[in-house]
Amino acid sequence: MSTTETTYLIPEKRVVTTKPRFSDKVFRGVVTGGGLSSLVILGLIFGFLLYQGFDIFKSQGIGFITNSDWDITYDESGYVLSNQFGLASMLIGTILCAFIAVLIAVPISVASALYLSFYAPEWLKKPMVAIIDLMAAFPSLLFGIWAYFILMPSGAYWAKLLNNYLGFLPFFKNELRIFSNSPFVVSLILAIMIIPIITSISREVFAQAPLDRIQAAYALGATRWAMIRAVVIPHGRNGVIGGAMLGLGRAMGETVAVYTVLNIVFTINWQILVGAGGNVASMILLKFGEASAYETKALMAAGLVLFVLTLIVNFFSDLLVRSFGAKGK
Amino acid sequence: MTTTSPFQDIKPQRPWQASTKDRLITFAIFLLSILASVVVVSFTGLSGKLGLFVSFVFVFIFVTSGRSYLQFGSAVAKDSLVNILVAVGTFLTIIPIASILFEVFSKGYKGLYPGLFFQDMSLNSPNDPANVGGLGHAIVGTFLLVSIALIFSVPIGILTALYLTEIKGKFSRPIRFLVQAMSGVPSIVAGLFILSAILYPITKNNSSLLGSLALAILMIPTVARTSEEVLNLIPNDLREAGVALGGTQWRTVAMIVVPAAKSGLLTAVILGIARIAGETAPILLVAGGGDRYNFNPFSGPMGSLPHFIWNSFRAGTPESTARAWTGLLVLLVIVFVLFAIARFFGNRKVGK
Repeated sequence: MSTTETTYLIPEKRVVTTKPRFSDKVFRGVVTGGGLSSLVILGLIFGFLLYQGFDIFKSQGIGFITNSDWDITYDESGYVLSNQFGLASMLIGTILCAFIAVLIAVPISVASALYLSFYAPEWLKKPMVAIIDLMAAFPSLLFGIWAYFILMPSGAYWAKLLNNYLGFLPFFKNELRIFSNSPFVVSLILAIMIIPIITSISREVFAQAPLDRIQAAYALGATRWAMIRAVVIPHGRNGVIGGAMLGLGRAMGETVAVYTVLNIVFTINWQILVGAGGNVASMILLKFGEASAYETKALMAAGLVLFVLTLIVNFFSDLLVRSFGAKGK
Repeated sequence: MTTTSPFQDIKPQRPWQASTKDRLITFAIFLLSILASVVVVSFTGLSGKLGLFVSFVFVFIFVTSGRSYLQFGSAVAKDSLVNILVAVGTFLTIIPIASILFEVFSKGYKGLYPGLFFQDMSLNSPNDPANVGGLGHAIVGTFLLVSIALIFSVPIGILTALYLTEIKGKFSRPIRFLVQAMSGVPSIVAGLFILSAILYPITKNNSSLLGSLALAILMIPTVARTSEEVLNLIPNDLREAGVALGGTQWRTVAMIVVPAAKSGLLTAVILGIARIAGETAPILLVAGGGDRYNFNPFSGPMGSLPHFIWNSFRAGTPESTARAWTGLLVLLVIVFVLFAIARFFGNRKVGK
């Protein structure tokens, strides 16, 4: 018996470390950079619009938001003699139309979200959801042209009915008796455009309603409506309000669909059935074609105001939807 | 040896389900309400489809709830009232979409002819009859606009989604909010931004590249949000398996997570395309809008489908309006096809 000497090759001790490799560092850097790009883009939008519109903000001051005249005169050589830019009528028109649109859209959206979540038979559910999602993807140009040709005659007729029966209210007054191109029709088309958005958000919120409580409600003998009132609505209220705010933001920023329908006038108009109103985004598109270099700066400033307005609305919408998500039960 | 259960012939009772008799009664009430609404419309001041609809809804609600109230009490009456209201809400949601689809197809198909897809509008004005000229240049333009927008928006969108799902760094919350805020940026503001940042100071000329940049801004949030949802669906086991095998995070993401989410990411991109294909306002501001073929995305005005429709609509004559409807039909079909593809990929199981 011979003893063979075996030599064990003891491997060097592995270095165990939590330090990321070089490739991971690069990866994390690139991904973080990509992730921060949304911040960069939003910052750039704000910065450039402010830069271009700064002269206007300086010369008009707070009047840019509180006045409602939009005049610019030149001498023969194109030098600006006097100018007066005020967005008040446009801002009020934008907010008014968007707000009425949300008032119309929310009940309809909540009803259809409830129907799709708790009432619809299974075979109907899937195609209906697909159709409503498809509608959310329709281009606004399509809504705009449809509204101009198809919705406007009906809308004007409904406006006339409202005026006939509720004309004593200051909102529904209309001495001109012309009902086309009114903020009312704009609100209708905006409502139609945001219904799919609010519906799909409400549906998502309702789908997260706790199943055990739903079943508990049924087990206690609740009717479907009693169950919805006791479980689904308290659970989903904030989410629905957040969805409505999101729709409000969309409705404020809508350009083309409003442009085709609305008759833009630089006076503050609270009578929604009269065919005259304001809208920041459409006004920018309307004035852009003929604007001089100086007036374009005013349009940039108007764009900045619109941008900030939608950011604020979106912020609150996000806060509400989030607060719903945090509760989560 | 067979044992028979004594309960085998007893069917489970489902007292909450509507029996045939209930359904028949509901149907009868439905018919009666239609009849009643016709009577109301013909004998009172109400008129038209609106009057018919409103009176029908009121009569139907009154009769159904009244019957439930007499039979079962107030709780059931309220339930049946809400039942009808949600159905009416859904009806009101569907009516506009049905009308839009019907009008676009019925008004748009007349203008379809083979030359439409190959000719451009350089030789004729929008007022010519619909069987001359075409939107070939617009389709080329839209294709170029969208594909260049993809080059910018897809990497950024997917990287944002990866940051939110894989790295989960300290910026996750603010970035999620910013992406949400970006999706709410009005499209005209995106156009104004490109105008103020690039067109005025640098190029001073319209080109489709600028249009693509504006579209990319609008597309990034859609891609990022949809991709985030998809990546969240990838089971964590896959990531853990990748790391346990000694892979770095980079290799785990690139070799396991992204391939597993491939079809979902494709859906995100297609939904993004559907979002921007018909976007009009920024195109009107920065891309110009030619009426002839232009294959160079870096210079010269570029026509596009939305611009073609817009011009035809603004011209205002019956011929040009018909052309606008035809353009809308083409655009709608494109959106529809994109959407169908997205749903097809989206419905496939993640991870295959």
